[in-house]
Amino acid sequence: MKMVTRLAAILFSVLIATTAYAADKPQTPHLDVGKGGQCVEEPQSMRKIHMNLLKHQRDETMHKGIRGQKHSLADCVECHASKTTNSVLGSSEAFCQGCHEYAAVKLDCFECHTSKRKVTAEASK
Amino acid sequence: MKQVNLDSKPNLDRRDFLTKSSVGLAGLAVAPGMILFDLAHGREPGEAASNLVRWGMLIDNNQCETGCDDCVTACSTENGFSGGTKATDSQWIRKVQLKDNLTGRVSSLPMMCQHCEEPPCVDVCPTQASFKRADGIVLVDKHICIGCRYCIMACPYQARSFVHEVITDQKTEVPRGKGTVESCTLCVHRVDKGETTACAEACTKAGHSAILFGDLNDPESAISKRIRAVATTQVRADLGLNTGVRYEGI
Repeated sequence: MKMVTRLAAILFSVLIATTAYAADKPQTPHLDVGKGGQCVEEPQSMRKIHMNLLKHQRDETMHKGIRGQKHSLADCVECHASKTTNSVLGSSEAFCQGCHEYAAVKLDCFECHTSKRKVTAEASK
Repeated sequence: MKQVNLDSKPNLDRRDFLTKSSVGLAGLAVAPGMILFDLAHGREPGEAASNLVRWGMLIDNNQCETGCDDCVTACSTENGFSGGTKATDSQWIRKVQLKDNLTGRVSSLPMMCQHCEEPPCVDVCPTQASFKRADGIVLVDKHICIGCRYCIMACPYQARSFVHEVITDQKTEVPRGKGTVESCTLCVHRVDKGETTACAEACTKAGHSAILFGDLNDPESAISKRIRAVATTQVRADLGLNTGVRYEGI
C-alpha cells in the first residue's frame, strides 16, 4: 500500500512538472520578422490593435488622400516581408500568415493588397 | 469690422465702406490663389485632398494618333493589369475610333472614367463605395464595394470594369481584387505625389502631347488656359455631368 502511495505521488509530481513546463513554453508561432527593427508602436500594443490602426489609416488614405503616414500596410510589408521569399505570406513562418494561422483569424488584406515588398529600382539591379 | 468701429467716424459713408471692404476682399483673393498654387504642386504629407483643386484632363483629338495606344499600355503597366481585351479583362482606358460618315474623317481618342462632377456611379452605389474625392477624382473604395456592378450599368462612358478572377502580384500603390469594380483612378497615387498621370506622361513621351493633365480650378494652370482659349467639348454634355475630362477637336 505504501508502495502504491509512493508511486502515485511520483506520478502526480511528474504530471505537475510537465504541465508547468508546457505552460512555460506555450506554442507561440516562430515568425520570420523580415527586416524587423523598431516598430512604429510598441510590439505588444501592435499585436492587439494593429487592425484598428490599419483600418483608420486605410480610410484616411482612400477617402482623403493622406499618404505616407506611419500606420500604412505597405510599411508593414516593407519591414516584415521575409528576406528569402520577400513576402509576408506563404508559410507558417511568414510574419502575417504565421500569426494569423496561430490566432485562427482570417486575413483579408492580401486579397487585394500585395503581400510582397516593393522592389525598388536600385534593389533589382 | 473692428477697423470700422475704431474709426473716428462711427458711420462710414457708402463710398468709404466700399473702398475699405474691397481692399479687404483683395487680400482674401490673394491668399486662396496662393494656396491653389501650392496644392497644384503636391500636398504636404498628412494633408488631405482639397476641394480648392479639381483635377482634370484635356484630350486633343487632333494630336491623338490613330493606331497609337501608348496611353493604354502605360495605364496597364502603371496599374499592374494584363492589358488584355477579353470580356473579363479590366480596361481602365481604351482607344475609340471615330468616323465621320459625311466627311470620311477617321480619328481616335482615349476613353476612360470622365471624373464627373455629378457622377452617376456615385448616385447609384448602394454602399457608398463609389465616391468622389474632394479634388474631383472619382474612386471605388474596394473595402466596402460589394461587387453589385450597379455603377457599371450607370456609367454612360462604360468606363468601369469588374474583376472576375483572383489577382496576385498587384502593385503596392494599386490594390486590386476579385469581386470589386474598378476604373481609372486618374493615377491618384501619382497625383498625390504631385506627379502627372501615366497616360499623359506616355503621350508626351511618344511626341503627341495629346493629353494635358492639370487643375481645372486654378485659372493659371495650363489646362485652364487652354480650355479658356479653344473650343472643347464634354462627351455626352447633354447629361449635365460636368466631366473632368474634356476633348478638343471632336
